[in-house]
Amino acid sequence: MTGPTRAHPWMANSAPGMLEAMLAEIGAANLAEVLEQIPQDHFRKTPLNLPPQLASEMELKRDLLGKLRKNATCEENLSFLGAGVWQHHVPAIVDEIVGRTEFATNVWGSYQSDHGRNQAWFEFSSQLGALLNLDVVQLPVYSWGCAIGHAIRMAARKTGRNKVLLARLSDPERLSVIRTYCQPQEMDGAIEIVLVEPDAATGRLDLADLRGKLGPDVAAVYFENPAYLGTIETEAAQIARLTRAAGAETIVGVDPISLGVMTAPGDYGADIVTGPVQPLGVHMNCGGGVGGFIASRDEPEYVHQYNGFLVSVAETVQPGQLGFGLACPHQNSYGQREHGNDWTGNSTYLWAIAGAVYMSLLGPDGFAEVGRLIISRARYAAKLLAEVPGVRVHWPDTTFKEFVVNFDETGLSVAEINDRLRARGIFGGKDLSGEGLGLGQSALWCVTEVHSAADLRRAAQTLSEVLK
Amino acid sequence: MTRLPNFHAAKWDEPVVMELGRPGGRGQLFPAPEAEIAEAVGDNPVPEAMRRKDRPVLPEITEFEAQRHYLHLSQMTLGMMGVSLFGTCTMKYNSKTSEFATWRPQIAEVHPYQHPDTLQGVLEIMHDFDGILQSLSGMDQFVFQPGGGADAAYTMTAVARAYWADRGQLGQRTEMVTSIQAHPCNPATAAAAGFTVINLPLEENGYPSLEALKAALSERTALIMLNNPDDMGIYNPEIREWVQAAKDVGALCFYDHANFNGVMGKLSARELGFDACMFMLHKTFGAPKAGGGPAVGAFGCSAELAPYMPAPVVAKQGDRYVLDEDRPKSCGKIREFWGNVPQVVKAYAWARAMGAEGIQLASDISVVANNYMDHRLAKLPGIERSNPDVTKRRMEMTRWSLAPLHEETGIGTVEIANRMADYGIDPWWMSHEPWIVPQPFTPEAGELWSKEDIDLWIDVLAKIMQEARENPELVRTAPHNQPIAQVKGDAFENPSKWAMTWRAYLRKRDQAAAQGAA
Repeated sequence: MTGPTRAHPWMANSAPGMLEAMLAEIGAANLAEVLEQIPQDHFRKTPLNLPPQLASEMELKRDLLGKLRKNATCEENLSFLGAGVWQHHVPAIVDEIVGRTEFATNVWGSYQSDHGRNQAWFEFSSQLGALLNLDVVQLPVYSWGCAIGHAIRMAARKTGRNKVLLARLSDPERLSVIRTYCQPQEMDGAIEIVLVEPDAATGRLDLADLRGKLGPDVAAVYFENPAYLGTIETEAAQIARLTRAAGAETIVGVDPISLGVMTAPGDYGADIVTGPVQPLGVHMNCGGGVGGFIASRDEPEYVHQYNGFLVSVAETVQPGQLGFGLACPHQNSYGQREHGNDWTGNSTYLWAIAGAVYMSLLGPDGFAEVGRLIISRARYAAKLLAEVPGVRVHWPDTTFKEFVVNFDETGLSVAEINDRLRARGIFGGKDLSGEGLGLGQSALWCVTEVHSAADLRRAAQTLSEVLK
Repeated sequence: MTRLPNFHAAKWDEPVVMELGRPGGRGQLFPAPEAEIAEAVGDNPVPEAMRRKDRPVLPEITEFEAQRHYLHLSQMTLGMMGVSLFGTCTMKYNSKTSEFATWRPQIAEVHPYQHPDTLQGVLEIMHDFDGILQSLSGMDQFVFQPGGGADAAYTMTAVARAYWADRGQLGQRTEMVTSIQAHPCNPATAAAAGFTVINLPLEENGYPSLEALKAALSERTALIMLNNPDDMGIYNPEIREWVQAAKDVGALCFYDHANFNGVMGKLSARELGFDACMFMLHKTFGAPKAGGGPAVGAFGCSAELAPYMPAPVVAKQGDRYVLDEDRPKSCGKIREFWGNVPQVVKAYAWARAMGAEGIQLASDISVVANNYMDHRLAKLPGIERSNPDVTKRRMEMTRWSLAPLHEETGIGTVEIANRMADYGIDPWWMSHEPWIVPQPFTPEAGELWSKEDIDLWIDVLAKIMQEARENPELVRTAPHNQPIAQVKGDAFENPSKWAMTWRAYLRKRDQAAAQGAA
């Protein structure tokens, strides 16, 4: 131990003499005495090899900004990337609130000392419940894929069955997470994953194939609305009926930003609902803005299967006053270790606060407006792109904000086309050609409320130029 | 004694947001689709079968009202703006320099599927930070995909499955061995991954015996998951022998480095023999905890295990940074994308601002500060240190017990935590389940809190213990200076009373009123 020449701004006791004063107070001659529990041969032999210290804020800022400047952003470029992270408008108030140090820094306090945070959490669940038309919403887990994984495991525990049906046209990113949660088959409690074929004409689930695969061993059917490739599942109520008739649970994934214009999943028979929280006021953050919610009806057989934090209203000892706290805390892994429902821990709870602020700003009319704007602009974009020679759009009249653009007739690969677009300041849609979906040289384009008609015309014009 | 603060929290008596506003009130407007769009696609392109007919019951408030409401809620969150010696979570200062850097569009408005040429800055940071963690742990590769410490433990179980599957022993290696005091996420994630959990009981010296471990190990053991030091502040000096014993049966060894703060720069997980470890970037590495995430459990492992890690992995090819997705033996994804990138950037910034010398000094300070705290706490009658037979100095935190005071006054750890908030002190961490130590509390000073903060904290505790003896009702009914009074717990396990949304609350309230009227 060598004393510092000057104190570090983040360590009060690095001020000269502080460490020595505490050592003197506890009667230790040196640090080695304080570390008496660690056997000598446990101490590391290799010296640390770290880049030089940047103790001043000025130097640190310079290093960070110098590196970050090498990124190109979706603000300076025109981006059509989506597929699990989407470019939506984030109101300034949301950033102010989630940046508040009381919310951003701390871990947990008590229900009283952190009353404000608990209320904000409850308001996230309450407002999302109003969009879903469901009474129970858990605080978000790590991601949408993780939410689906937990939801499937909830259904498996509830039904005692070990098979789940998913759409063949699933997002490989989410599907990989779901496989992690359900497989491999050799493990105790594994859940078999069976894929349901799409209807080639619409991209929706093929109900005949679904019927054939729905047996008494199926715990759940999971489908998305809108689905990975943007398609709207108009037969949702029928899927839920078939699933219920087989004694299985209907799990639906929804995009919450669609719910001002699309039917609430609670109204078409969904038993458990999942979805992403990032569209509700969280920046894309290079994928670090994701989180996933899980919701259901308020029935104990569902409530008792949740893995994480359920924030409930509670009375206080002062009559008429309301507080908030965690319902059913003993069923999670904090309460029961390996006997709890799956596991929980730090998650993405700051994004619950972002979502609460976002939903309160939009209100019912804001959600109706943004939903209509997104679907209108996306449909228009699909029309404009489809007019470009050699370009075809799959299922053009069945989508919400994403749609599949096929380039087979251009003779070029998606990678080549996207390279050319990028040189002109446009990030083309996600390349689907390597995903084994049988869609050839296709890309998944995403259009939201941030894309004006002029942006869309520019995209179509640029595409036609780079394809010449 | 320090002068104790005459504190009172903000108390706005704030309605639930659903109660605010007026019909037609607006906080955010969106433009109508342009005329050319409306002409091309019509008024409402949503298929008739899926059109929403009802109006979601959401607040209708102004932009200012939303701002004011949520600022009120933030003000009614003590949020570490007192003194928070929240043990096991290592409270740190979260640099606003790095926070503001990540709010810039170069992170905030970046999509993970952008072409790597447009992501060179963030990939460079992740690559450099990987190198920093490699040096601190001796591991060969890190990934940042896990969304917290528990998710990193889950990653370990997934990596173990892929490792054993590759060796054709998946159905045979079915067991995970850990200690009863390991963080619950270790047994819980192993169980969720399909392993059978074996919990070793503690012996008198505070950790399970090597003999018990050896008895539990067999050709069925897939992995062991350990933390060291533990939450009592006890370091298991036989950890090398533990790792060796596990290796003797072929098992993988995972070091849950949640309690890294006291041993940063002092120990190397790899030198101790571990195959893998995890660091909590939202804890040890100065990224904010955000009230429970977004967080990062950085997962690192040896070159032998690296092929089984989740993809993608950040790599450097010449002068260029790339995302390596082509990893055929990978366990698959733990979570979508590459992790909570802003938190990784903040952790990188923390490590750079601290440097090797700062990190080592922080670890020294955290151990000395805890021993200073122990030294003062030991003089307070009514509390006792966990594992009183372990007389050696503890590491960066110590679990204490209020059992004597509780026996004397009926006042326990929950009541004291509530009362401490009345003095502006953030409630303490008690203990994970199971409570092996009765009436536990677990303070941890780390390198952030000053000696004066620690003194104030102990003085407040001493004052409340005095109150417990002289006026126990005052403590039992605490808090008194907080935004709300003590929350009653009767609704939390009662389906007719719990309400996880406002609509559920209104329904149950009306039902109860109707029943009362009938």
